[in-house]
Amino acid sequence: MWKRFRSNIGAVIGVVLLVLVIAIAIFAPLIFANSPWQMVQRPFLAPFAMDGLPLGTDTLGRDVAAQLAYGARVSLLVGLVSTLVALLIGVPLGALAGFYGGYVDEGAMRFTEFFQTIPNFALAIVLVAIFEPTLASITLAIAIVSWPPVARLVRAEVMSVRKREFVDAATLAGLSKPRILVRQVLPNTVSPIIVMASLMVATAILLESSLSFLGLGDPNAMSWGYMIGAARTVIRSSWWLSFFPGVAIIITVLALNLIGEGLNDALNPHLSRKGKA
Amino acid sequence: MSTTLTIEHLSIGLPEGADRPFAVEDVSFAIDKGEILCVVGESGSGKSMTANALMGLLPPGVTVKAGRAMFEARDVLRLPESEKQALRGAQVAMIFQEPMTALNPLMRIGDQIAEVFAAHDRYTQSERRERALELIREVQLPDPEKIIRAYPFQLSGGQRQRAMIAMALALEPKLLIADEPTTALDVTTQAQILKLILDLRERRGMAVMFITHDFGVVAEIADQVIVMREGKVVERGAAATVLNDPQHDYTRRLLDAIPTGRLPEARALSETPALEIKGLRKVYRTGGGFFRPVREVRAVDDVSLSVARGEVLGLVGESGSGKSTLGRTAVRLVTPDGGQVLVGGTDLAALSDEELRKQRHKVQMVFQDPYASLNPRQRIMGAITDGPITRGVPRKQAEARARELLEIVGLGADAAQRFPHEFSGGQRQRIGIARALAMDPELIIADEAVSALDVSIQAQVLDLLRELREKMELSILFITHDLRVAAQLCDRIAVMQKGRLVEIGTVHDIFLRPQQEYTRKLLAAVPGADWEQQRTATV
Repeated sequence: MWKRFRSNIGAVIGVVLLVLVIAIAIFAPLIFANSPWQMVQRPFLAPFAMDGLPLGTDTLGRDVAAQLAYGARVSLLVGLVSTLVALLIGVPLGALAGFYGGYVDEGAMRFTEFFQTIPNFALAIVLVAIFEPTLASITLAIAIVSWPPVARLVRAEVMSVRKREFVDAATLAGLSKPRILVRQVLPNTVSPIIVMASLMVATAILLESSLSFLGLGDPNAMSWGYMIGAARTVIRSSWWLSFFPGVAIIITVLALNLIGEGLNDALNPHLSRKGKA
Repeated sequence: MSTTLTIEHLSIGLPEGADRPFAVEDVSFAIDKGEILCVVGESGSGKSMTANALMGLLPPGVTVKAGRAMFEARDVLRLPESEKQALRGAQVAMIFQEPMTALNPLMRIGDQIAEVFAAHDRYTQSERRERALELIREVQLPDPEKIIRAYPFQLSGGQRQRAMIAMALALEPKLLIADEPTTALDVTTQAQILKLILDLRERRGMAVMFITHDFGVVAEIADQVIVMREGKVVERGAAATVLNDPQHDYTRRLLDAIPTGRLPEARALSETPALEIKGLRKVYRTGGGFFRPVREVRAVDDVSLSVARGEVLGLVGESGSGKSTLGRTAVRLVTPDGGQVLVGGTDLAALSDEELRKQRHKVQMVFQDPYASLNPRQRIMGAITDGPITRGVPRKQAEARARELLEIVGLGADAAQRFPHEFSGGQRQRIGIARALAMDPELIIADEAVSALDVSIQAQVLDLLRELREKMELSILFITHDLRVAAQLCDRIAVMQKGRLVEIGTVHDIFLRPQQEYTRKLLAAVPGADWEQQRTATV
């Protein structure tokens, strides 16, 4: 599997980019001694205009490069944690619905549809507005709007695996239904879940950025979306303030998408788009 | 007689990393006008690749490395794509194994046939329809006016194959390539399709290249035979010569592996029943709404039978006869609507889910598809020991028993630590048998357990079952569509049709003195029945 993944150039580029972003996020305090909120120079310094400030300063004279590095922490953290929470809601619900069928399925799916009928972003805004906008509440809000597709995917996968003969064989071995679901069926649905999760991290990062852009981010956390949002009034005079965080978002999301596609091809070789024999 | 197709020294290369460099290696043969050439071989022998190369349908990565295929003084392997396209359908036509996937599910049969004309720019709209109707008549589909407006799902398997043949014949090809066209069909339907192909050959003088794994079919229709193994031709000749006097070792082994009509010695059976089924009924209901009545299918209709301890009872029937439902009801993967399933005095059909779970070990099943019946993410050890451990057998003991069983089924104890994908189909079926045995069942139900296997592997698994029957006093309900297989292993045979039990009797009674019309029809439809009788008579 690893061999197939490695042979996909796009996926390898994705991994390299993501590792780079993660490294910057982890080592941000080492690279940039100053807090991203601290004013270090006069405002609106263009990139490379002064040594030590490669990306210039923002409207308040803060180091844009430091902001970017610290912003990576928030984006990645929110992306990963919200995806995990979404999986924790979606996987069990979808698995139960798919495995037991009937009323359990009906109930679980109507519940899922209730969330699906409300536009993602609108619901996220409402949730963040109701709670205090903190990192935790934003993460939770993103998780709440992004679990329905997981539940649907897991349900469909479980339904198809459940009909395979080895499940009948396990039934005949006298295994209990919950045990069959957990030990026999779920392990066979892992590949598509992993693929979807990797893409969900990217979506979550975008959602967080959008929320921060609208000023609904955690006021105590520097994030890419907040940077763009704060810079939008000066976009014509100081392009770098919105350009670099934008590039950061694009690179990270692109990296995650590349990895997701690579995983998809590696884990489901039969569905590989390239159709290699 | 003039030659229609000549293949000279054809080699087809596989992509790197495949198990061998060539799918087909240095194969030469010729088909004369009006001749049926059977290409016989087991899976992976390259027989389908040869056909696909002729049609220009090789999968990506697989290429023709050497050789020529001369058809009408042109080398079809080296034609440009546009000329190949003109050739396909018009001069060379092909029919496939699975007619459902080869037909477009959203197009009416008549339109699909007419499309063949349209693709080659023949005739006007109304003429095309006229021709389609003629073709449908020619392949003897019932009620042509109705069939022309039908969708593929409304047809039975045999009717779909006839429709495919009608499409293939549309432009009066000189060569028809048939790739296992009857493998997915019931025996009686298979017999009809074979007869149709013979008829058409007679009437149209086409050359036919017929790919099959079944020597029975070969005996029925072939003029010439070539036997392929791992991409090479190992034997060729006139059908009668190859069948009755095979020269090559491999051919002989293949022929020996065919379940013969030779009947086993009758054995004395014990009186105690391992399984008693009384008045079993199962009805499937589908559809039903405001305007449509509920459709009822009586899958099992008031069937009573019993399997004695140490007996192998064959349950034979065509698809849709309810034999599988009966098997699944006996292990209660399906809950019956009525009747009793008595195993060792307990009525499995009446137990609650929790009680049933504790009684599950009494009846075990060996499944049809060796690829779907093992969890791809579980090691063999886990697959075999799960059941016993759940029953309360200590892990150590269960694992020791699993290793022992793997030895018994001929795989060796170290198979336990491996994953299913490391095994071939036949080996997986052995694992399935070991898994069933691990539960110390009173009865094993084998649902088409050897149908998905090549003949030589099939023979090995049947040998194993026979051996186990002797050694362990196994009672087996052996479900199969193949009478020849049933004859090899079973003590008695039960014949089912449309959910009803038609006839039940000893193997000798069923084969030599069938009482019912339907049983006689089934026996007559077995391909190569005449040839087999001669063969068994001379042996």
